[in-house]
Amino acid sequence: MSQTVFAPWDDPKEKPLIRFQNVTKKFGEFVAIDDLTLDIFEQEFFALLGPSGCGKTTMMRMLAGFETPSEGRIELAGQDIGPVPPNKRAVNMMFQSYALFPHLSIWENIAFGLRRDRKSKDEINARVEEMLKLTRLEKFAQRKPHQISGGQRQRVALARSLAKAPKLLLLDEPLGALDKKLRQDTQFELMDIQETTGTTFVIVTHDQEEAMTVASRVAVMDEGRIIQVSTPAAIYEYPNSVYVADFIGDVNIIEATAKASGEEMYDLNWADGQPPIKATSTKPFTEGQQAHLAIRPEKIRISTEKPEDAPNAMQGKVLDIAYLGNLSTYHVELPGGQIIKTQTANTRRLARRDITWEDPVWISWSATAGVLLDQ
Amino acid sequence: MMRRAALITVPYLWLLLLFLVPFLIVFKISLSDTALAIPPYAPTMRDGLFALLAELDFENFVFLTEDDLYWKAYLSSLKIAVISTVLTLLVGYPIAYGMARAPEEWRPTLMMLVILPFWTSFLIRVYAWMGILSNEGLLNQFLQWLGLINDPLTILNTTTAVYIGIVYTYLPFMILPIYAALDRLDDSLNEAAEDLGCSRMQAFWLVTIPLSKNGIIAGSFLVFIPALGEFVIPSLLGGSGTLMIGKVLWEEFFNNRDWPVASAVAVILLLILVIPIVLFQRNQQKQAEAEQ
Repeated sequence: MSQTVFAPWDDPKEKPLIRFQNVTKKFGEFVAIDDLTLDIFEQEFFALLGPSGCGKTTMMRMLAGFETPSEGRIELAGQDIGPVPPNKRAVNMMFQSYALFPHLSIWENIAFGLRRDRKSKDEINARVEEMLKLTRLEKFAQRKPHQISGGQRQRVALARSLAKAPKLLLLDEPLGALDKKLRQDTQFELMDIQETTGTTFVIVTHDQEEAMTVASRVAVMDEGRIIQVSTPAAIYEYPNSVYVADFIGDVNIIEATAKASGEEMYDLNWADGQPPIKATSTKPFTEGQQAHLAIRPEKIRISTEKPEDAPNAMQGKVLDIAYLGNLSTYHVELPGGQIIKTQTANTRRLARRDITWEDPVWISWSATAGVLLDQ
Repeated sequence: MMRRAALITVPYLWLLLLFLVPFLIVFKISLSDTALAIPPYAPTMRDGLFALLAELDFENFVFLTEDDLYWKAYLSSLKIAVISTVLTLLVGYPIAYGMARAPEEWRPTLMMLVILPFWTSFLIRVYAWMGILSNEGLLNQFLQWLGLINDPLTILNTTTAVYIGIVYTYLPFMILPIYAALDRLDDSLNEAAEDLGCSRMQAFWLVTIPLSKNGIIAGSFLVFIPALGEFVIPSLLGGSGTLMIGKVLWEEFFNNRDWPVASAVAVILLLILVIPIVLFQRNQQKQAEAEQ
């Protein structure tokens, strides 16, 4: 039985729920969003990822209606929402500070939006109960926000923003205030809720692990531009630039000049007097072009003996070992002075580890292990 | 334990010396009779403790109920205090709101401007209002120069002048607590209200007002309590037509030299004030608890 993969972005017939068309947002002289075009589809869990000040929060605030684009157009379900005020949009937002009303009980907080819609009492009751159940808050309905824990407050904020069944839910750093363990649990809870309700989620975060965990697609942003939009796996495995490769996870970047050695095969001269690195690339490089080879640490093997059949193998010296419990990261210094990080799973007990500081070691990787990038 | 006891003793001693003892003295005088003597009442401690206690009675309090001047003055004071508190709130809230919304770098200046009048003597400021409000005063001259009126408006020596004086004098006491409450208000609460379907106006009524409630209550008491016993403003700006208990008290004391009746008036005034003061304290306490 084959399951259909959820990938509306690959289907040209699919209509996006949200469409940013050449959107620019300026605050005085400062350009927060720079000529940005982006489609987000129904039922997606879309993550905007970037360092602080990259414009991700501005994008979210434009979707909520708190900011209007200086240029360009934002469409929601085919409709230009530029002139629509926040209270008339089928969009709800979960605030980073949660913004729970301190003078209202949990129940009243969740009912707040429903009451504004002049729904009947029974309808409101039913919907609030449903939301309380969804977020497992039934016991706390009559408490005030300051009488519950941070994790519970986070769930109230989520319940309140979901109560009106918005077409689009915006989450601004929703888990930022939670500690790590709770954050991880909540990530899965968020995904479950997103799946149950079928709502389109757009999440803003600076935590790449969080974005990778929850999102169907991730947009990596920098200085008001989107650098890459893709699935978490594609972003990790095939970053389109050094910036993305470096921002998501750990990476080794080796600068070199490229020289074609076969179909989609390149020899990379990375240091004088060293054998060239062999790497594949679907992206064409001209003879002598500057290239950056990005290799994830876990794709590099480390061994005490020279590996027999590895296309790329070089000798170095262990400079540092970081023991992370399940993994160990070795920093290996090559003769040219370059430091390469390699990572291996600690499948054996620590006492039986045969590599230690200052040991001469071999590192090796296949021709397809890295990604060749031009910028 | 000793340290705690000592710490608690200090404020209680303070209250005992500066509030309870003077109050008891005034209360004792209110139970005495007028006399042509120094001090102008009898009995005193010179008559011996037993004679003193035997001669005290509630005659003066009974007198207060017999002459309608007194309860009319109390009622009129209450009315003026309530109305001027509401007026001060109506003027003060927008100012506090504007201050809280002003750019960060302006706020210290605005705060300074609110406090600035305190640098001048209260009496001089009230006299200045006489110069502004009188028939030949600045306000009338200005309005006549604009051509809005032909004959000067009579404002000085009316209740209107008293309201103007009270609102002007106590405005900072209203602005500061409301500003403090609004300043603490998280902007995202208003955004959340709008996001959930409120118009700006609804968000203001459903979020901003309830969350500045403590500031409104504190400010209102800070205006109402002193306004109720106000004496200087009605006597300088209100003229003979304005009846306020503070003024009656002054006249009993200094014009009639009837210390016992004046003391009785003061005791009743204090009893009236105890209610709002207790409510005010409770509000402050609740606020402190909510912030924990």
